[in-house]
Amino acid sequence: MTFRKYLVLAGITLFAATGDSLLSHGMKQVGSISLSHWTSVIFAVLNPSVALGILLLLGFFISYATALSWADLTYVLPASSLGYVLLALIAKFFLHEHVTATRWLGIALISSGVGFVTQGPALTHRQSGSSSGGQASKPFGTRTLP
Amino acid sequence: MKDAYTWGAILVIVLASSTGDVLLSRAMKQIGDVGKYSRRAGLLAVVGRVVRNPFFLFGLVTMALAFYSLLFALSWADVSLVGPASASLTFVANAIAGKIFLHEQVDHRRWMAALMVAGGVALLAG
Repeated sequence: MTFRKYLVLAGITLFAATGDSLLSHGMKQVGSISLSHWTSVIFAVLNPSVALGILLLLGFFISYATALSWADLTYVLPASSLGYVLLALIAKFFLHEHVTATRWLGIALISSGVGFVTQGPALTHRQSGSSSGGQASKPFGTRTLP
Repeated sequence: MKDAYTWGAILVIVLASSTGDVLLSRAMKQIGDVGKYSRRAGLLAVVGRVVRNPFFLFGLVTMALAFYSLLFALSWADVSLVGPASASLTFVANAIAGKIFLHEQVDHRRWMAALMVAGGVALLAG
């Protein structure tokens, strides 16, 4: 893993957390949409918060696709899940919600899960085509194919 | 009644987004490291190649479906329920899907990570 790649993972985290917060903020303004008026969900994207949220989620999508081009799905997802921790911190410091002990425990659990998976290899299968191999070190106990 | 709608929307989000994740991952693996590729052939070539990949396009459709179900769910319930609930279920669904459809080496470390993150996200909802 190079510094650039960690930056991409950080980008996923930041864009997802801020995008989701804005989306939620905007949908609170739009209000409840009933299934019989489902078309109003299309106009929900005209709300400024929702629109900005979508823009940020576009940034998320680009960094996400980039990460998936060099790492496993089961690596990228946990590795970028620090966004939920960020979301809780945004809730505490910007939306002034009370963060309970259970939530702090959840934050600790997510953080250790992230630390856990980023210790391992990013890519686990085939991919011998790209030059110099990258960091696809074989995990312990993997059978080498003839 | 609204509860049933919310959980229905969450189920759609989980199924659609994990399908989208698998398809997108498949597409990006076919294309290869976009950083290296764009240094060699330019950014436009990368974008052109990505948007013409059929797995990518299917993935985009399922992700759009997940996105609209998310908007519905957010209009019915709090983000502190919808976000964690759909995310933690998606983590577990993806660990299974990654193993079955993408043949990724989901070792103990990754199972543990997926379960820890899913558990942590569930606790955030509490």
